[in-house]
Amino acid sequence: MSEAKYTFVQGNTACAEGALYAGCDFFGGYPITPSTEVAEHMSDMLPRRGGKFIQMEDEIASLGAVIGAALAGSKAMTATSGPGFSLMQELIGYACIAEVPCVIVDVMRGGPSTGLPTSPAQSDLLQAKWGTHGDHPAIALIPNSVEEMFTETVRAFNIAEYFRTPVIILGDEIIGHMREKIRIPAPGELEVINRKLPDGDGVCRLPYRADGKNPACLPNFGKGRFHVTGLNHDGSGFPTMDPSIVQGSNARIIDKVYHQRELIDKVEKIQCDDAEILFLAVGSAARAAEEAVAVLRSQGVRAGLFRPVTLWPFPKKEFRAAAERSKFVVVPEMNLGQLRTVAERMIDESKHPIVPVNLVNGEPLDPEFILDSIKKCCLK
Amino acid sequence: MFDYSTMLRNEKLPHIWCPGCGHGIVMKSLLRAIAKTGWGKDDIVMVSGIGCASRLPGYVDFNTLHTAHGRALSFATGVKLSQPKFHVIVVSGDGDALAIGGNHFIHACRRNIDLTLIVFNNGIYGMTGGQYSPTTPYGDKAATAPHGNLEPDFNVADLAKGAGATFVARGSSYHVPQLDDYIYKALTHKGFSVVDVVEACWTTHGRKQKTKYKNNLDMMKWQRDNAVPLAKAQTMSPEELKGKFVTGILHDVDRPEYVDRYEALIESLKGGDK
Ligand code: SF4
Repeated sequence: MSEAKYTFVQGNTACAEGALYAGCDFFGGYPITPSTEVAEHMSDMLPRRGGKFIQMEDEIASLGAVIGAALAGSKAMTATSGPGFSLMQELIGYACIAEVPCVIVDVMRGGPSTGLPTSPAQSDLLQAKWGTHGDHPAIALIPNSVEEMFTETVRAFNIAEYFRTPVIILGDEIIGHMREKIRIPAPGELEVINRKLPDGDGVCRLPYRADGKNPACLPNFGKGRFHVTGLNHDGSGFPTMDPSIVQGSNARIIDKVYHQRELIDKVEKIQCDDAEILFLAVGSAARAAEEAVAVLRSQGVRAGLFRPVTLWPFPKKEFRAAAERSKFVVVPEMNLGQLRTVAERMIDESKHPIVPVNLVNGEPLDPEFILDSIKKCCLK
Repeated sequence: MFDYSTMLRNEKLPHIWCPGCGHGIVMKSLLRAIAKTGWGKDDIVMVSGIGCASRLPGYVDFNTLHTAHGRALSFATGVKLSQPKFHVIVVSGDGDALAIGGNHFIHACRRNIDLTLIVFNNGIYGMTGGQYSPTTPYGDKAATAPHGNLEPDFNVADLAKGAGATFVARGSSYHVPQLDDYIYKALTHKGFSVVDVVEACWTTHGRKQKTKYKNNLDMMKWQRDNAVPLAKAQTMSPEELKGKFVTGILHDVDRPEYVDRYEALIESLKGGDK
């Protein structure tokens, strides 16, 4: 058991295995395609390890149970897809303001509404950031391989526990259902971070008073009888409408994430240094873009790929630097321009024209489609 | 005299409830019942949703969780399943528990998970200013039913029983000693228990029923005059029971409890593949 092992699994299973590796001991979920295999695997594995799985009556209840379990001390997760992710938005906001660590997996599919339940899409890139009402921190990781479904899930738990905030994993139907060989690291090989508990007797009178730039520790229920609410609250956790406190605490839950990016930021750059055609792509679209880069390079075209593995917060500085030398920034994505709107805000389009490549017909985005789409505008 | 101060967060008082609101009466009953169980305060988790009644956890000295509108039972389910050692009590208004939370309500009943739900049933949305709820009597005026409520009301106890709750009682904020007893029995019952507490909101409901009540005392008198103990109700016809409410322990059965079943599953899986 103490050695790394290799296995051939689908992305959703890898995600569940990553959660178990990170010490997840609670899963609450509701069946929805194409994420259900995450729940199925957890329903089998968790009770074998003394953990808890529950199938709730809907996605709202699923995240409610996850937040309740997290407050009781569990490392907790749910998994869903488009419509279910929409239903979870309210309680994502709750977890943000009440600073409850949890992991939410959204295996994206075609939308809006029921859309294309069994087809891939990248429909929730912006919902992951802006879906819940009010200003709030948003952290979303977007794997592009089965192996990353494993490693990014471990990282999602680490970030959630460290920052006491929900972390979203954006899979998609391709990554979720594709099978690849992956290496499951030996226990202890990957760092596993657990939430900071109060020292000594485990009691913390001010579970909502930050410790410098670090989040405050989070006692488990049973220690110190503290209060948790979705209302704006003071350092002790009790509701307040005092403008000076509310202003500060609303800013703090965002700042704690945006001012401490070491644990969060992650970008993959492939041949960006001299790239004249820079692809900005995430998830399974980045797999196709990577192939397109290889084809273009073989034709002598200086192409490169900038792939945020952490989509939110967006790696603005690094992206700007990578785009500096580009003649075109090509944004292939399986939606009608969600990532493009992000790129538009980051760079000067008069110097680096943005070329959108959008596919929303339920088919996977492939390298040929990307190459065809950019032939006219970017390749002479 | 019962010393409430040992169970209250005294520095958080006074509470937000209006003079004459039933919630304070029910809270005191709940505290007396909890004291009788002898449970340690650290071992109790009190969960609520949104609404006037849902502010209660802020005032009591337990582990307290004030969640989102309608969702208290789902959070409570997570707490209980994660840490079965806790005694988890959910307090909820009628709109919270039965309208927006209706789906969670029936499924908590069905699972028979060991939680106690106290429904502060005043038949109105108090906090938002008196809109009709799933238990507003037919014909009553409300902020969103200025011409009278057209919808029939839920019978909370029948709903709970039908959905699978294993303990169901109904009391009122007038019949306080009985209420203490029902809540105590609900708390100590193994499985999902519901206490439907008929009470009154003068501020946003009573005032609008000009022909029914002159003041909030009239609302208490209405409870006194219309509560029918179960034994008596069994001798009455449906016509005679019209407009009245049946009180008592209405349902009390043993059925395997969800968390126990889960713990047994974990036990059975020990020692490798089966
Ligand atoms: S509005 Fe009604 S329910 Fe709310 S505190 Fe006042 S009397 Fe009680």
